[in-house]
Parts: sequence; structure tokens; C-alpha cells
Amino acid sequence: MECQECHQRPATVHLTKVINGDKTEIHVCEQCAKEKGYGETSFSLNDLLSGLFNFDHATSISSGTAPASTQLAKQVQCPKCGLTYKEFARIGKFGCAECYKTFDEKLNPIFRRVHSGNTQHNGKIPKRAGGNLHLRKEIEQKKHELHQLIDREEFEEAAKVRDQIRKLEKQLDDEQGGDV
Amino acid sequence: MSLQNFMNEAISPWMKEEGPDSDIVLSSRIRLARNFAQVTFPIIAKEEELKPILDFFNQEYAHQSFKDYRNLELVEMSRLKPIEKRVLVEKHLISPHLAEHSDHSAALISENEQISVMINEEDHLRIQLYYPGFQLEQALQRASELDDWLEEKINYAFDEKRGYLTACPTNVGTGMRASVMMHLPALAMTQQVNRMIPAINQLGLVVRGIYGEGSEALGNIFQISNQITLGKSEEDIVEDLQSVVRQLVDQERKARETLMQRSGIQLEDRVFRSYGVLKNSRIIESKEAAKCLSDVRLGIDLGFIKNVSQNILNELMILTQPGFLQQYAQETLTPDQRDIRRASLIRERLQLEKK
Ligand SMILES: [Zn+2]
Ligand SMILES: [Zn+2]
Repeated sequence: MECQECHQRPATVHLTKVINGDKTEIHVCEQCAKEKGYGETSFSLNDLLSGLFNFDHATSISSGTAPASTQLAKQVQCPKCGLTYKEFARIGKFGCAECYKTFDEKLNPIFRRVHSGNTQHNGKIPKRAGGNLHLRKEIEQKKHELHQLIDREEFEEAAKVRDQIRKLEKQLDDEQGGDV
Repeated sequence: MSLQNFMNEAISPWMKEEGPDSDIVLSSRIRLARNFAQVTFPIIAKEEELKPILDFFNQEYAHQSFKDYRNLELVEMSRLKPIEKRVLVEKHLISPHLAEHSDHSAALISENEQISVMINEEDHLRIQLYYPGFQLEQALQRASELDDWLEEKINYAFDEKRGYLTACPTNVGTGMRASVMMHLPALAMTQQVNRMIPAINQLGLVVRGIYGEGSEALGNIFQISNQITLGKSEEDIVEDLQSVVRQLVDQERKARETLMQRSGIQLEDRVFRSYGVLKNSRIIESKEAAKCLSDVRLGIDLGFIKNVSQNILNELMILTQPGFLQQYAQETLTPDQRDIRRASLIRERLQLEKK
């Protein structure tokens, strides 16, 4: 197979590019792959974001008037730092922690795209800023364990885990009581 | 401990220790992005919002000790000359972004330069921790402990659903970028790297050259890092990266073996020619220097060259960057002058090894 760019050298680089769900096969030689930046990995988030927003824009044009929700979303402004959604889309950066709450509804598609479909944190919980999330996660996990033990009819173990859950729940109650 | 120490030596003290797989993996790094919950992010914050953060670090963390890292030094960017900032960038102790945004920005650096916490970068905090060789797990654990230590006095911006909140959507969640620096001369020589990159990208990892522009990787030094920060735990991200790095290490070793078997004499010739160029040239551009340094380092790993330290590649790649050259010369140099200076620095450095 010859290189589809220079039509001189044999194609040694074979790639499948997926753009908006459309697959394109690319067969090029090493040199052309380098020149064209295939396999070049630095992709710009701004491109990605503006891609998303342009998409919004395109649909609004094709339907004549912008959907109310889009118009509204663009006017949303962070009460803490003053960043508007439009500015966020332009610079591709949040202005403060509160922005995450302010623009929450619009964020899932962006996160999905940037983080391979993920929208929810699944990692470290900070000791202090995490509040009682540690406890709640632990209780959740113990409850899961309890169900499994009951399924396996290991009742003696199950009773132990049940007591642990009670203790943790009491601890959680105390902490929440203390907060109020 | 003073700024001068950070400036004088091209390679950081931690680099001199030998890590696992150090014939191929030069270093491992964990970077964590963190923000103060109540303060606007640096990119749009006003001066009067950023100054208190710097003051807070001066008060609470400057000259403090974390574990064995005693007397941490807070280096304020506004007090540095441009050339000094450039040297810190070339040593990877600070980012180019921090050097450019110097008002109220700083770096908290440990004596062995293994730790550097950037303050008022794109995020309020960028915690960086390096280990020599292939030691991602150790780096993650230590970085996490450092993170806990800092959190004792700071209210982090954290959300149950989104995790650690960062200025850029690409960092949200764990806020973690794990990376390794690899020397892959045999895979590059046999044109295999370019073929592997798309496959590695598909796994959510990024491959790029550290030195050089665009897709070129001067000195055959590549950085592999995670792209995704949201939805996976830190341990899983590190594990995924590790398994790819492990495979690359194996492939590189295989490629070196094959090269030795099939064209050992050609390889030896190439190594010694490059060694000759470095030892004898009077003018050398960074690109040629990087190529020759990569060859010489490979020659050391393959046993062709003895009595030259492995660190030569690392050290001279950093030492022959424009910032360092000018720091040494104590004056501004034109590109032509730099090429002359670079050649003489390399000759001197190799002379030191001959004993
Ligand atoms: Zn071609
Ligand atoms: Zn905001």
C-alpha cells in the first residue's frame, strides 16, 4: 500500500481517526505521519471545548433561533468570581471553585469528552475538606460486605460487620450533630 | 540552603541516586493540582487575593520540615532574574507558566530538589515530587503524604462529585498527572516509537518529547503521562501507566538486543562517532548535541563506553539548555555564542570523567 499523502513511499503508519463518531482510516509513510502530526499527541483543550460550543452554536443556527436553554446558559454568571459561561467557554478555564456549581448542568458533556466518559470523582478524599465522606464511604462499603456475607450465610461474620456499621453510623450521627 | 545551590548544579541531588530500570526510565514524577476553597483561581484572581496565599506560605511553610525534607526553601519568583527563572525551568523545578506569572508566585523546594510545590501557578498549588528511575508507586505515596501535610493548614477546594476542583477541566478529579521520563533510543532508531504512540494514546496516555518542539523528541527522551484525571483512582491511574511503561521498557530492551545482534559493529561505530563529536567539536547545536548524548548514553548502557557516568545524558541535556549556558557564562549569549559555549562545556564535562 502506498502512502496516501505523498504517493511515493510505502505506507507504514496505519491509524484510525474517530472524529464525532466518524471513522477515517489513514495510511501514510513515516515521514508524512511526522509532518502531518499523526501520532502527535498534544491536543488542545481549547479546540476541544470550542468544538463543543460550536456544536451548540451550529444547532441553534440550523433551528433558526437559539434554544432558550442555550441562550440562558450563556448568560449564567458565577456569583463568586463573576465569570460567565461564555467566558468559560472561551478561555476553557474555571474562575473559582463556585464555578463548578454554577455551570454544573453544562459540565457533564465536557468532562465526558475530556475524561473518557467519566463525570464523577473516584479517587482520594482529603482528610479535612472531605468532611464525613470517608465515613459515609466506609459505611457504604461495609453494607455491601454485609449483604455478601448474608448471601453466603456466614451469619457469625455478618453480625460482626453489622455491629461495625452501627458503630460507624453512630460516629456519623455524632459528627453531624456536632456540625449543626 | 540558598538559591545559589539550586542554580549551580545541573542535575538535582535526587537524580544522582540510581533508581530501578534506570537504564531506560530516567525519572518518575507525580504532580497534584490543588486550590484554596475560598480564593478565586490565579488566572483571574486579583493581586490582593494572591498575595495572602504567598504570605501564608512564607509564614507557615518556609523553612519548615516535612519528614526528612528539612528546611524547605520558599523561592519567590518576583525576586529572581529572568535567567535564574529559566534555569529553574530547565531543571523542571518550576513550569514556564510560573516563570511568566511572577507576581506573588513562588516555589517551595526541598534541599535535594525532589519536592517542588509551585504556588499561584494555574492552580493555587501544584505539588511536584520526583523519584529517580521507575518508582511511580513510591512517588505517589510520598506525594500523597505531602498533600496531607499541606492540607492540615489549608481548606482545599473539593467536591464530593467532582473531586479536587482545578482551574482547567483537564485536571479535575484527582488533579493528578503521573509521568515518567524515558530514554528510548533503540525504539526510535528502529522507527518503532511512532508506531507505538497511537496505541498508547488509545489507552488514555500521552507521549511527548521533553526537549525539542512539536513531535520531535531531542535526545530520544520521551515523557509518558496520564490524560484522564476524573473517574479513576490515583492508584488505578498509576497502575495503568506503570503497565504501559513496563511494556515499553521490555520493548526497548528487546530492540537493543536485536540491534546488537544484527548490527553490533554499526551500533558501536555510531556510539563512538558520537562520542568523538562530543569530545572534539568546537561548535555544536543543541539538536546535534542531543543526538550524540543519546548515542553515548546508549553506548554506556550497552557497555561500549566505560568510565562515563550514566547521568551524562540527563546532566548535559539540562546543562546545555540556553538558560544554563548563560548562567554559566554570566552573560547573555547569541545562539552562535551558545553553540560554541555548549561545545566547550561538553568537552570539559567529558574531560572530568576521564580518570
Ligand atoms: Zn508519505
Ligand atoms: Zn467562579
